Amino acid sequence: MQHPVPKAERETVIEVRDLAVGFGDRLVNDGLSLDVYRGEILGVVGASGTGKSVLMRTIVGLLPKKRGTIHVFGQDMEHLNERERQAIERRWGILFQQGALFSSLTVKQNLQMPMREYLDLSESMLDDLATMKIEMVGLKADAGDKYPSELSGGMIKRAALARALALDPEIVFLDEPTSGLDPIGAGDFDELTATLQKTLGLTVFMVTHDLDSLNTICDRIVALGEGKVLASGDMQAMQNTTHPWLKSYFSGPRAHLAVGKGR
Amino acid sequence: MSGAVPDPDVDKRPNAHITTASGQTLMTVSGDWTMHHGRMLEAILASGKSVTGVNLSIDFVGITGLDTLGALVLARLREAVQKTGTTVTFTGMSQEQELLLSEISLSPQAVKSHKTINLIDILEDVGRAMAGFGRDLINGVSFLGGVMAAFGRVMLRPRMFRGAAFVQQLEAFGFRSVPIIALISFLVGGIIAQQSVFQLRTFGTAAFVADLLGILVLRELAVLLTAIMIAGRSGSAITAELGSMKMREEIDALRTMGLDPMEVLIVPRILALIVAMPILTFIASLAGIFGGGLVAWFYGDVSPDVFLTRLQGAIKFNTFMVGMIKAPVMALVIGLIASIEGMAVKGSAESLGRQTTASVVKAIFMVIVVDGLFAMFFAAINY
Repeated sequence: MQHPVPKAERETVIEVRDLAVGFGDRLVNDGLSLDVYRGEILGVVGASGTGKSVLMRTIVGLLPKKRGTIHVFGQDMEHLNERERQAIERRWGILFQQGALFSSLTVKQNLQMPMREYLDLSESMLDDLATMKIEMVGLKADAGDKYPSELSGGMIKRAALARALALDPEIVFLDEPTSGLDPIGAGDFDELTATLQKTLGLTVFMVTHDLDSLNTICDRIVALGEGKVLASGDMQAMQNTTHPWLKSYFSGPRAHLAVGKGR
Repeated sequence: MSGAVPDPDVDKRPNAHITTASGQTLMTVSGDWTMHHGRMLEAILASGKSVTGVNLSIDFVGITGLDTLGALVLARLREAVQKTGTTVTFTGMSQEQELLLSEISLSPQAVKSHKTINLIDILEDVGRAMAGFGRDLINGVSFLGGVMAAFGRVMLRPRMFRGAAFVQQLEAFGFRSVPIIALISFLVGGIIAQQSVFQLRTFGTAAFVADLLGILVLRELAVLLTAIMIAGRSGSAITAELGSMKMREEIDALRTMGLDPMEVLIVPRILALIVAMPILTFIASLAGIFGGGLVAWFYGDVSPDVFLTRLQGAIKFNTFMVGMIKAPVMALVIGLIASIEGMAVKGSAESLGRQTTASVVKAIFMVIVVDGLFAMFFAAINY
């Protein structure tokens, strides 16, 4: 993140080739190939059940794959030993759909959990760093001492994002970050994602349904369907596709509204 | 395979080199100012705070990496030095580094106060515990009232009774508990028979084991063992089930549909317990006496004929009834405590665990207390 890469020679941080993932006989992803470049905000869209979340969970190793390869930072995830895997896991952060904050810990303790595990810092520095991250995601410092059950939906998302950023990852995976937020809250969250992406030089892999987010902050959109990537490109390219679902998704009244607002 | 990966840390250690020339202090920072080198950065911050002078210029040219921790340390350093009246300037920053530093907002560092334990704290804890106990008692009585009212409503309108739920719970609490309760009673009956035979032998009255076993198992043991097992097995299940429903707002959902959680969830469960307990107690009595009889036969040489004749002489109908009368009361106590604790669960997973533990511990304690009260009552009325 300290060395910005010019657009022309973009580094591929995640490379998925011919991936197949499924449950039982049914394959959710079948022959899916995808590249994620350093420093971009990638939006992944698709109808419900087209395997967006499954793709994300497979990349981070929560689901086993049936076929294909996944390279992260140029390393084949399949042939890594425990330590090498851990080293890679330190370099990404994940925001789960429901936040997945540990309910028995305060927000600050949630953030400090990975820090304690991986960093050697004094107690006061840990507090300082956690408080800083909490403020970075737009929460007040006193939110750090609250428990997840005392937070509103939007605050939970922000706190979970702060935890995902605890170790200054290079990639963050966001699973429907704006779902369940009101439009203004969703817009604020998009703005926050864009700001943090710039300040921390993040690569963002965002699974979303939110046309506004796709339009305002995503550099590139990948549409999934039939187990594969149907189309990829910017909003303009999406609107020019011929696939029926994509056509209705990106050219429907909601899309026009979103594009009209954004541009 | 290669194993020996060259350690990149050594030459990238963060460093701050300070030179002073004509009132100007120049701090040249170099290396990786990242989380990886947390302790070293803290050490730099501690020593850097003492820098004095009119101007401090921090030069970034040699820096090879800067993350949020590095930025935080630099911001804290600037804050500390500025307090002494020194002006601080950063030079040689890249655009990204400037952006990162500008995003760091410093809130006052919290000062932790160390808590000391003293006598007043202990007294306060004791007081709180007693007040909590009193509150539990009042809650219990008011909850019992709520359950009774719900019972009454169901009784008046039998169509509201949830038959399917009741049968389902009866299977879970009653039928599925039979093997473990029968086994435990069988074993305990055997152990008691063995001890009794061993002691009675010295008087040459081993056959009296039947009297001892019959009265002990029917009056006390069967119902106590069953109640303790049910408190552990079904009480905890009720608490966990209601608690997780509370956590996922399912109970609120019921209320908004105009359904009373008391009627829908709690009445069928408590009723199932009240029906299951006497049946299980009866099975436990049989298993206990059977186990004791077997041990008396093989270990004490008391033949089944003698054992059964003595048993018939020793126990009367009221011996059996004492255990049976207690069973539904125990079931009510367990069901009430489990339901109260389940409804007391708050949002966190930890709270669910705490309430489930509390449910089992309180239920077992209350079962034994109630058994003691019954013993006094039956003795008083000579039953």
